[in-house]
Amino acid sequence: MEYLDNLPPMDLMRSEKMTFVQLIIPVESAHRAISYLGQLGLLQFRDLNDEKSPFQRTFVNQVKRCAEMSRKLRFFKDQIHKAGLLPSPHPASQPDIELEELEMQLAEHEHELIEMNSNTEKLQQTYNELLEFKMVLQKASDFLVSSRSNSTVQEREMVENVYSNDDYADTASLLEQEMQPGPSVQSGVRFVSGIICKSKVLTFERMLFRATRGNMFFNQAAADDQILDPSSNEMVEKTVFVVFFSGEQARTKILKICEAFGANCYPVPEDVTKRMQITREVSSRLSELETTLDAGTRHRDKALTSIGFQLVKWMNMVGREKAVYDTLNMLNFDVTKKCLVGEGWCPIFAKTKIQEALQRATFDSNSQVGIIFHVMDAVESPPTYFRTNRFTSAFQEIVDAYGVANYQEANPAVYTVVTFPFLFAVMFGDWGHGICLLLGALVLIARERKLGTQKLGSFMEMLFGGRYVLLLMSIFSIYCGLIYNEFFSVPFHIFGESAYKCRDSSCSDARSIGLIKSRDPYPFGVDPSWRGSRTELPFLNSLKMKLSILLGVVQMNLGIILSYFNARFFGNSLDIKYQFVPQMIFLNCLFGYLSLLIVIKWCSGSQADLYHVMIYMFLSPFEDLGENKLFWGQGVLQVILLLCAVVAVPWMLFPKPFILKRLHTERFQGRTYGLLGTSDMKIDDEPDSARQHQEDFNFSEEFVHQMIHSIEFVLGAVSNTASYLRLWALSLAHSELSTVFYEKVLLLAWGI
Amino acid sequence: MYGFEALTFNIHSGYLEAIVRGHRSGLLTAADYNNLCQCETLDDIKMHLSATEYGPYLQNEPSPLHTTTIVEKCTLKLVDEYKHMLSQATEPLSTFLQYITYGHMIDNVVLIVTGTLHERDVHELLEKCHPLGMFDSIATLAVAQNMRELYRLVLVDTPLAPYFSECITSEDLDDMNIEIMRNTLYKAYLEDFYDFCQKLGGATAEIMSDLLAFEADRRAVNITINSIGTELTRDDRRKLYSNFGLLYPYGHEELAVCEDIDQVRGVMEKYPPYQTIFAKLSYGESQMLDKAFYEEEVKRLCLAFEQQFHYGVFFAYMRLREQEIRNLMWVSECVAQNQKSRVHDSVVFIF
Repeated sequence: MEYLDNLPPMDLMRSEKMTFVQLIIPVESAHRAISYLGQLGLLQFRDLNDEKSPFQRTFVNQVKRCAEMSRKLRFFKDQIHKAGLLPSPHPASQPDIELEELEMQLAEHEHELIEMNSNTEKLQQTYNELLEFKMVLQKASDFLVSSRSNSTVQEREMVENVYSNDDYADTASLLEQEMQPGPSVQSGVRFVSGIICKSKVLTFERMLFRATRGNMFFNQAAADDQILDPSSNEMVEKTVFVVFFSGEQARTKILKICEAFGANCYPVPEDVTKRMQITREVSSRLSELETTLDAGTRHRDKALTSIGFQLVKWMNMVGREKAVYDTLNMLNFDVTKKCLVGEGWCPIFAKTKIQEALQRATFDSNSQVGIIFHVMDAVESPPTYFRTNRFTSAFQEIVDAYGVANYQEANPAVYTVVTFPFLFAVMFGDWGHGICLLLGALVLIARERKLGTQKLGSFMEMLFGGRYVLLLMSIFSIYCGLIYNEFFSVPFHIFGESAYKCRDSSCSDARSIGLIKSRDPYPFGVDPSWRGSRTELPFLNSLKMKLSILLGVVQMNLGIILSYFNARFFGNSLDIKYQFVPQMIFLNCLFGYLSLLIVIKWCSGSQADLYHVMIYMFLSPFEDLGENKLFWGQGVLQVILLLCAVVAVPWMLFPKPFILKRLHTERFQGRTYGLLGTSDMKIDDEPDSARQHQEDFNFSEEFVHQMIHSIEFVLGAVSNTASYLRLWALSLAHSELSTVFYEKVLLLAWGI
Repeated sequence: MYGFEALTFNIHSGYLEAIVRGHRSGLLTAADYNNLCQCETLDDIKMHLSATEYGPYLQNEPSPLHTTTIVEKCTLKLVDEYKHMLSQATEPLSTFLQYITYGHMIDNVVLIVTGTLHERDVHELLEKCHPLGMFDSIATLAVAQNMRELYRLVLVDTPLAPYFSECITSEDLDDMNIEIMRNTLYKAYLEDFYDFCQKLGGATAEIMSDLLAFEADRRAVNITINSIGTELTRDDRRKLYSNFGLLYPYGHEELAVCEDIDQVRGVMEKYPPYQTIFAKLSYGESQMLDKAFYEEEVKRLCLAFEQQFHYGVFFAYMRLREQEIRNLMWVSECVAQNQKSRVHDSVVFIF
């Protein structure tokens, strides 16, 4: 006890001591103070305006302005992205600018961009139209030529009065000619030509067919070039079509359908020379427009590039500004409306830093009144804050994924720094693999500064975040690999000669009878001669299995001992007496004993069957152990241990809730008026139980809680021990797989 | 196999049911509506919505907002969710999901036809159409002159085609005709949907028949009230009622002969589920009837989420989201026109 009391305070293991502070900030220096505090990052503000909706808060207008600015910035980013440029920070960046100025600049830029975009869009539209017209002219002229020859054929057919049914188009036009001997130029057939999206052609044709009851002839040809769709900014494939029909009604219908389908119709003169002339005109205008468009795009790209230089900086600035105003919204105005009052948590060590920052803020903003910073009492329990560095943060994150410790509770992350990579190495020990991993980790660490500023993909981000975990894992993996003597499953004689040798020089009976021991044991790790022998698996399995149980029991004991330090720290003697002690007894009577047996068996070289010992310790504790006896008095010891374990279960289950209940009734029934001072003290330095007393003490709830805890512990002790066997299982799987890989892939591939 | 859906339901639809239940928890709550009602400008509304699931859809809108933009973006979210669900769905859930949109299709057809009748621009009309009810050749509706053409040209390709068999006439289109067409189509659609759900069986049939029956009854009441004082004959009116629902058949006989709103009320009060709706209204009033019906519908839709392993949740979710968008539209209209006192007139709280 004496020794435990004199232990160093273990600062690393506990979260930082926090204190509740109040800030009273004059309005004129508020913004600067908050932004300095934000850069410091050591104060957590409490939202004092919880009941107000976001738009009723004080600085809502500024937040809105920031949101609007970030919208504009997103628009720029989008535009830059669309133009295919990369936003790169300019080396010689301009001096810092004020937010108001930035706002004006952004508005200007946005206005300019939108104007340019609309101009480009208009030009693009005309350009598209001309391009489409050109295509229609080219394609439609082919159709017209062929249709003219067709129609002469038709006329001849009509003269001969032959009804040919083989070609539908022919019959259709024949019917039309019979019905409507119209005044049109040639056989009453007229046409509409235009261009339409390729995807719509089928339905378009079907619709035309239905609308004209089949009295039309549809010709189509794919356009040569793709056309830019201004709305989606994508290239679209289009199809030129020419519809032949007769009659005015059909014409209106067809035009309506064209409009409905978004098909652009262009008139194509039937006269060849006129057609040539228009084509020439269109082509010349097209080339003119192209140069204008190019100039516009260049201008726009230039503007966008100049924005791109600043974009990242601006985005950071606006984001920071928004964060500052969001924080300011958490503060309250005091009665005089001249000061802002804020409350929050900060670690005690940071108090001077915060005060410095506040002083700097007062000074920089030329404020007459300083910022008042003082400590207050708080009812609620403080937040947990661990100081981490780049080495420990990854481990802390791993632990936080399972649960965040309460305020000032022991932090398992300290031990995780070693245990996590070590358990990994027990499973995947291989010094070849370890060296590969080490190289990878070293590359990540060497390029830390460069990679830290970049935005990585989600997978790379994970690797980079855990680079120190990887480093430790690789080092431990090399260590364990040396112990296992694994190098891509090839045994190495690093630490001298093997202890075993063949019986004779031919080594013919090595696999059948075995080797003989000739030297001292191999100095470090597993003897390389085991590799490939018949007894390799039984030997390694037994070794690794026992090793994993030893590691498991040690780690579980560590966990329970941590709970002791927690209870001691919070002065909770109840937890020590009725939880820690029986838990220790239970675990060590069963699995601690097993570990003891393992060690004794290793030291004595006995052949006892440990399964048998453990199983019959429960099934028939009084039976004679026979040949499985390891030491004198084992039978008696086992009975005692079993009894202890059986006693430990009700011990951890029953007393605690009943004692809590007694304390509660004593406190509230006023039976111990005289003793109030002492019992109060006792309760007050037990924060956990104190809170239970403040709340409604519910005995059944407390009891069920304790029952669940006890059952969980008892079952957990068994199942966790079994789970630690996974260390062995994965190690086995890993070495077997690397053997298979070595023999079946590498050796076969090299043809050895 | 009634009672055994739980065994196999999750194989095909478990994922989507989880998705839709997740979406449901994103619906605005009463607290959200309370906050929305306190907004002073549309920007405030945007700000409040940016904290909800609508945030990503509204964040890139430049500042002078319009009610239409808000509604458009909110609808876009619904459509995106619907498309996601539809693309993940297998039969028969995908058919079920498609059935949900047919109602919008009918509305869109009617909107376009009425619009072209009044010489509106087609593209302008297309923008007003509900995006869930769009189909390929919808713009071509403008070409048609009468029902027969409408059917033969356009609708024959759409899922609405079978519903059209009742209303193919060669009459020219006019407002009255179109309204009758809408109701005939709707009647056929609801009956078809009802049959489909019955075919699916199980909890889906049970829950959907309740929801669809309510829908059918509501339509019957609305048809009756809207046709009072028009030249629609009793027989024609009778023909527009769907052939299922709580009112079928005796209630329909009585509704068909109603001449004013109080008679309708008399008929409806004979049915206990509808008694509560009409109990809220004073005599002779029909303005608040819509809201009362919506409230009842929302209540029923919410109940659909109480059971698991059925498709009703998809229908319920889509309807609830549409109701929410209607609410948002009303709130933002009230805020935009400075009529905040009237906000509560038409907002139906969902939870």
